[in-house]
Amino acid sequence: MTAQLADTASHIRAEGPNTEALRTDARREAFSFLALCSPGLILVGLIIVLPIGWLFWLSLFDETGAISGANYARFFEQASYVRTFITTFKVAFLVTALCVLIGYPVTYMLSQIPRRVASICMIFVILPFWTSVLVRTYAWLVILQRKGLVNTWLIDLGIIDQPLPLAHNFAGVIIGMTHILLPFLVLPLYASMRSIDSDYLRAGMNLGAGPTATFWQIFFPLSLPGLAAGIVMVFVLCLGFFVTPALMGGGKVIMWAMRMEQTTSLYSNWGAGSALGVVLLAVTLGLLGLFQWLIGARATSVWGGK
Amino acid sequence: MNTELGLPISHWQRLWLYILGALVLLFLIAPSLIIIPMSFSGSTLLQFPPESWSLRWYEAYFGSVEWRDATIVSVKVAIMTTIVATPIGTAAAYAINSGTLRFSGLINTLLTVALIIPVILVGIGTFFLYAKLGLNNTLTGLVLAHTVQALPLVVLTVLSGLRTYDMNQERVARSLGANRFAAFWQVTMPQIRFSIVSGALFAFITSFDEVVVSLFISGGDTTTLTRRMFSALRDQVDPTIAAISTCLIVLSIVLLSAAQLFGQRRSPK
Amino acid sequence: MLSTAQSALPISMRGISKRYGSVAVLKDLDIDVAAGEFLTLLGPSGSGKTTLLMILAGFVRANAGSIRIGGDEVITMPPHKRNIGMVFQNYALFPHMNVFQNIGFPLKQRRVSKAETAARVEKALELVQLGGLADRRVDQLSGGQRQRVALARAIVFEPRIVLMDEPLSALDKGLREHMQIELRSLHRRLGMTTVYVTHDQREAITMSDRIAVMNNGRIEQLDQPEALYARPRTKFVAGFIGESNFIPVECRDGTAWYGGQRLQTASATPATGQHWLIARPEKVRLAGNAGAINGANVLAATVRDVVYQGDSFLCYATLTDGQQIALRDYCRSDVLALIPAAGEPIRLQINPDDATIVAADS
Repeated sequence: MTAQLADTASHIRAEGPNTEALRTDARREAFSFLALCSPGLILVGLIIVLPIGWLFWLSLFDETGAISGANYARFFEQASYVRTFITTFKVAFLVTALCVLIGYPVTYMLSQIPRRVASICMIFVILPFWTSVLVRTYAWLVILQRKGLVNTWLIDLGIIDQPLPLAHNFAGVIIGMTHILLPFLVLPLYASMRSIDSDYLRAGMNLGAGPTATFWQIFFPLSLPGLAAGIVMVFVLCLGFFVTPALMGGGKVIMWAMRMEQTTSLYSNWGAGSALGVVLLAVTLGLLGLFQWLIGARATSVWGGK
Repeated sequence: MNTELGLPISHWQRLWLYILGALVLLFLIAPSLIIIPMSFSGSTLLQFPPESWSLRWYEAYFGSVEWRDATIVSVKVAIMTTIVATPIGTAAAYAINSGTLRFSGLINTLLTVALIIPVILVGIGTFFLYAKLGLNNTLTGLVLAHTVQALPLVVLTVLSGLRTYDMNQERVARSLGANRFAAFWQVTMPQIRFSIVSGALFAFITSFDEVVVSLFISGGDTTTLTRRMFSALRDQVDPTIAAISTCLIVLSIVLLSAAQLFGQRRSPK
Repeated sequence: MLSTAQSALPISMRGISKRYGSVAVLKDLDIDVAAGEFLTLLGPSGSGKTTLLMILAGFVRANAGSIRIGGDEVITMPPHKRNIGMVFQNYALFPHMNVFQNIGFPLKQRRVSKAETAARVEKALELVQLGGLADRRVDQLSGGQRQRVALARAIVFEPRIVLMDEPLSALDKGLREHMQIELRSLHRRLGMTTVYVTHDQREAITMSDRIAVMNNGRIEQLDQPEALYARPRTKFVAGFIGESNFIPVECRDGTAWYGGQRLQTASATPATGQHWLIARPEKVRLAGNAGAINGANVLAATVRDVVYQGDSFLCYATLTDGQQIALRDYCRSDVLALIPAAGEPIRLQINPDDATIVAADS
């Protein structure tokens, strides 16, 4: 059937010459590349994987040292824990909603103006992003406290006679966290919006849609993956947030992270504290996983560059 | 007309958007900027704009032994974190980029896991581990913990620099007689140098501003600046912190600008 | 600089196989390159030619095989020890170094003294006709100049073997043809064994001592350009190199039959089966022309279309059973006078010496 032609191989040999030597050489190269990663991997394993695994282990034991689900059961039984969870989720939903409400329009504006102008405006977003969370929380305390900026101005302008309680309470926490987490929504959303080809919008207008219809029916749906990525990011960060609620809550807003700190530092109840941590991690990973599954890798790629 | 994008929507139609956008941007930047002039306020009650100007809060900051020591600790830890995290992160990014790692996706995830795990959990976990190892309240402990948090930023920055780099150049160098390390050092490194520097700067900021984990594992002689600030803020709103905040804001601006500058230039002239 | 072919080394590759996952990119290849020879690996994209070159250079690790350079086994030797000069498709000049530093790079790795480096770099620049450009930065050079710098860098350390991966594909046509001739003369001057990769058959024919035509991970034919052109051994080679008419023939007892007509061929004919007769368009003649030989291989056809191409013309005709055939000739007045209009009958002849049989399913 097939002519046996000179100068060509006539069959594929299962094992040619030097296969073993080549395989060993390949293995050696792969190993040396792994070695390059190993300091990083060892560190991460030591500081993150090991302690968290250990804490998970701890959470399975109650005070008497016996294995039990008591630490987890407590979350449903004790009212204070339930309150903590409710507060945390209340704050998370509220802050995320606020971030979307004020973050989407400003990101939309940034995506529609010329790039050079937008880059300059982005400084307004990036500088707070890289400023210490303590500094920003402190700034809000100064601005919102009873004798602070906002109240002094409002009283001077005669709008109110009594200072508004804006700090050391729920309102303060919301305002502070919204401010700190807003860039986490704006940055991925901006990247996503910039990648929307304006040809789609032109096509929509050409086919008869006015500016409003074009926005809602074409632009908005295309921006949803980036928006979803931002929402998940902000929500997940809210759940585990510590600094701002601790400083601006006035002791009245106990969130998940604060509870964890109290149980371990104050009460040395490692079982309870680690159980809280494990559940927080599970919820975080669960939300991220759910997002990944629903929207897919396309949207998470916007997190790649910060 | 908004001609850059060729959409027939005039700027006037979008005026409400621009106003809203400007307000939000102001909301974002205002707190940071307001603190700066307020820190020069003469009275205990920080005023904006200050009615009297004075440097008293800066004197309080630099004059206080505790604040000075805390600052020195933070600087030391940040520098050491940068020195440790940058080579480790660069090596890992290089290995991931080479494409010869079998589990490169998994390794990438593991190295950047610090970005996903809630920091509070890392804080109490590290505290617990260090209690067993005796690393609490030590510089080593701080550096290790901060390095883990800075590592993802270094890896991501260097990786993105490597992705725009033509690996053929390393191959050419090797064909011309340079072994793998010589090829990396003489050919690749000078060209991705700017990504590495950016990553190093991000590592520095991350370590310097780190709060939550430091809260648990630093104390006594090795109290970081952020830890001390947190304690001070918990008790009362001390005006000295305005001066410290201003210094931190200036530091952020300087480091950010440097990172931007270095990040822009791809090919050296 | 090298001036004698004795310094060049022969290459012997045996049993080279490369798999990516379940896809076999190279299938048990054997190939020999003589010392000082200019050998081209020619083939379409996906044929494995670049992979083979990379395995030879040491950047891709084969799954199996042996490579002997001048008798020494090098298959597991890292690239930087193989002493092979290489020119990449995009030149890969180091942008952070100037021309002198680029060309001097291999000498620096070999710890050559500064004085010697300067001398050799200058010589290399003169060889590629870029003398005096040593201080230029890479971004100040034109495409053609960059290509020459890449070449100078690859030969300055007097390698015994030079590999080139489609180095001219980024140049425009005029420059490319000029560089082909220059590369050829450079090769003759320096005498290094050269392995060249291209997908352009014209380029391969112009420059090579021998060409290995590759397809799907195998070498279909390894021969001198004239032999490949005149006596292709497979349908793929006949179609890839130059243009071809493929006429289906039936072989009975070692004779080729088309329809009821016996065809004479120059090459050996398989004993039985359906195969292909290959006739190049420029080898098909109008019967009745000077040069017809005893009426052998005369086929009746009807003209379908005549396309003038300036210096030559193509005549598309249909044979009696519907088979398409093309004829090419120069636009000389005596020839043009004989071309009938579309729809007219003509008689075509294929000189037996120009007719080759290739096996089907090859």
